[in-house]
Amino acid sequence: MTDLLEPRAIGRPLERIEGRDKVRGLAPYAYEHPVSDPLYLHPVQATIARGRVVAIDTGGVAFPGVVAILTHENAPRLASDENRELWVLQSDEVHYRGQFVAAVIAETPEIAREAAGQVRVEYEQQAHDAELRPDRPDLVRPDKVNPSFDTDTQEGDVEAALATAAVRIDQTYTTPMEHNNPMEPHATIALWADDRLVLWDSTQSAHGVRKTMAAVCGLDPAQVRVISPHVGGGFGSKGTAHPHNALACLAALAVPGQPVKFALSRQQMFVVAGYRTPTVQRIRLGADADGRLTALAHDVVEQTSKVKEFAEQTAVASRIMYAAPNRRTSHRLAVLDVPVPSWMRAPGETPGMFAAEVALDELAVACGLDPIELRIRNDPESDPESGRPWSGRNLVGCLKEGARRFGWDVRDPKPGLRRLGDWLVGTGVASSTYPCYVFPGSKATIQYGTDQRYVVRIGAADIGTGAWTALTQIAADALGCPVEAVRLEIGDSDLPMATVAGGSSGISSWGSAIVAAATAFRERHGTDPGPGAREDAEITQPPASRTHALHSFGAQFAEVHVHADTGEIRVPRMLGVFSAGRIINPRTARSQFIGGMTMGLSMALHEESVMDARFGHVINHDLAGYHIAVNADVKDIDAVWLDEHDPHSNPMGSRGIGEIGIVGAAAAIANAVWHATGIRVRDLPITPDKVLS
Amino acid sequence: MDARVTLTVDGSRRELTVDTRTTLLDLLRDRLGAMAPKKGCDHGQCGACTVLIDGRRATTCLAFAVAHDGATVTTAQGLSNGAELHPVQQDFLDHDAFQCGYCTPGQICSAVGMIEEARAGHPSHVTRDLTGPVVLDDEEIRERMSGNLCRCGAYVNIVAAIRDVILKETPP
Repeated sequence: MTDLLEPRAIGRPLERIEGRDKVRGLAPYAYEHPVSDPLYLHPVQATIARGRVVAIDTGGVAFPGVVAILTHENAPRLASDENRELWVLQSDEVHYRGQFVAAVIAETPEIAREAAGQVRVEYEQQAHDAELRPDRPDLVRPDKVNPSFDTDTQEGDVEAALATAAVRIDQTYTTPMEHNNPMEPHATIALWADDRLVLWDSTQSAHGVRKTMAAVCGLDPAQVRVISPHVGGGFGSKGTAHPHNALACLAALAVPGQPVKFALSRQQMFVVAGYRTPTVQRIRLGADADGRLTALAHDVVEQTSKVKEFAEQTAVASRIMYAAPNRRTSHRLAVLDVPVPSWMRAPGETPGMFAAEVALDELAVACGLDPIELRIRNDPESDPESGRPWSGRNLVGCLKEGARRFGWDVRDPKPGLRRLGDWLVGTGVASSTYPCYVFPGSKATIQYGTDQRYVVRIGAADIGTGAWTALTQIAADALGCPVEAVRLEIGDSDLPMATVAGGSSGISSWGSAIVAAATAFRERHGTDPGPGAREDAEITQPPASRTHALHSFGAQFAEVHVHADTGEIRVPRMLGVFSAGRIINPRTARSQFIGGMTMGLSMALHEESVMDARFGHVINHDLAGYHIAVNADVKDIDAVWLDEHDPHSNPMGSRGIGEIGIVGAAAAIANAVWHATGIRVRDLPITPDKVLS
Repeated sequence: MDARVTLTVDGSRRELTVDTRTTLLDLLRDRLGAMAPKKGCDHGQCGACTVLIDGRRATTCLAFAVAHDGATVTTAQGLSNGAELHPVQQDFLDHDAFQCGYCTPGQICSAVGMIEEARAGHPSHVTRDLTGPVVLDDEEIRERMSGNLCRCGAYVNIVAAIRDVILKETPP
């Protein structure tokens, strides 16, 4: 459907363009942009989970260096409460524990923090409800699940098929609340001067934050500029504006002409920066004696916040993964007095495929089939949901290649047999998948400079993905010039519109705009342009095929050692094999894949935000209490990919790769734990107590 | 309360008056504009703020500036000589041992300090022979680098980069 670029720079393992700056600490992140005479903001957070602020005593705060104290009584008025999460300091209502109820602006961070600690807030506390339970009678059916999927689907007669199935699985799986925890805490420097609001922000979407904050503040988008050339990770939490953005804007409006710096503390990130909802997932599978699925039901209960709805699409992957003629999926929400859940790396697919791929492993055991063979037998020829042909489904190829490389053929399927000293040894496999999104609306400009280089401008973001480098490679091939002749500019909303670095859509969406601009440039200016020659192009209609189902697939393999006495779990080896279209830069791509798998290992064994429902807050809200994988947790993780391109996705033939690496990784580890011990753990994280019981 | 401190930061002598509550990290970032050390947790839990203080690696968020009067501080920026990278920085680049780059200056300072510790014979939790010289194999590297978190998941490449540095430094 699209004319594919001939890959010259694409496919080469170029070093990160910004790498030399990053290893010396010279690449400026949000908080680090030089501004003159900044002020510092420290917020005051609610100590109740629901109620009203009835009095704020700032009497003890008037010491030298305090510039302003913002409360709901004196803060500038915002214009739009369409997004209730961003309606900061506009009313006396408290919707969740830790909500911003006041803020101090001061000359130094020490003074701001001390003063914030002296603000006395009196509340009228109301009974709150922060407990997710699947048996709640008040579960709600959302209209859609993120971003716009049907909430429920039904195909055929699941109950009848289950009733007559030769083999049945009916189990419930849970995943905990998890927090993105990018290494760079969310930060904003906000400056209101000359009727313009400038935000140096840590965001996955400079244009998105501009649009959102302009609406919230009642400004014309042209009055708002968001700058974010380097972003210290995000994994979804920086995909949209959060309350700290609104608070930083309020502060800037309150002290015109002076920049205000506001970096969230790690603890504050557990409240206002989004999180992955906990899930309770019931999965029922029916199969014939040969392991061919006849029924698949995936019913999910998860949570959202009363202040704003976010409904994760947890069961969506089950709609396309396997060829079960009778299928149903559903999503129900407990609406609670808790912070607002949001995107975290492959929202939906990550928890959903944990449950589904462990269930598949249980079915393989029940059928006496090799888990790879089971997946091959249920590989659908076309998308079970839409009926469209796949643009390139090569799950079977990934499984077979992985099996060969991992040494799967010598595996004895029986659990609990292998020992290495005191350690029980097992291996596991799981599938992964992620859709290929190409979003409309991105725009790129190409201008030929006097330095005989092409300046390529697009307001995209590099959150560690390698976008700086990959987009330069795409531009070079689209223009038919060496990469050295391209100078890329990204990370600024004054640059042409770019959609979010989310949904693994960045390179597909922005790259398509760059290719369109390059094509238009060559058509108008030829191959020998004069200085100043310029052309732009916008992608109003995504080039992605509407005739094909566009999804990436992968196979995850894990070896697990479980200590027979202590239950300690180690993962000495993981291998991922992916089918993700053409790979733009193999060096940065491998890093993304193994990075996702590492986060999957972390999810499998460590990560759990513990909500104390009595108080409505996460008790382990720092990096000592919330464990993420450290260097010593990781040994051999490798990722490879099939040599292919997708003729239906975009002019590069690529599909996004930022998220698929985490999908299925935890399931592969859980399946390996079963193989090592014979104990089936259905609740993440897999901690020693669960394999000792 | 304020106090005068004098520090040498990346080769420059700096004299300033600081709030005694100011951490060394905030002094570097907010007062001196030395942004190579990063604030990731402010509690000594992530290692992003690691620098070398008088040659030893330390988390600057857990250090009060006033307690380090007279110290020599080397950040990742100071490890390089302008555009010329320190061997550890070059190997991080060569092995793509980072993605977002936010933990990277701390990882690099930590690696430089860690290699020196091993050279001086300091054992770690995984050192088996406490009497002989320390051999920095992969297990030792992983253990000694576990105070530096990387959320992008670059550990495999970080170990490869440090292994390479050590190999190049080891005489054949």
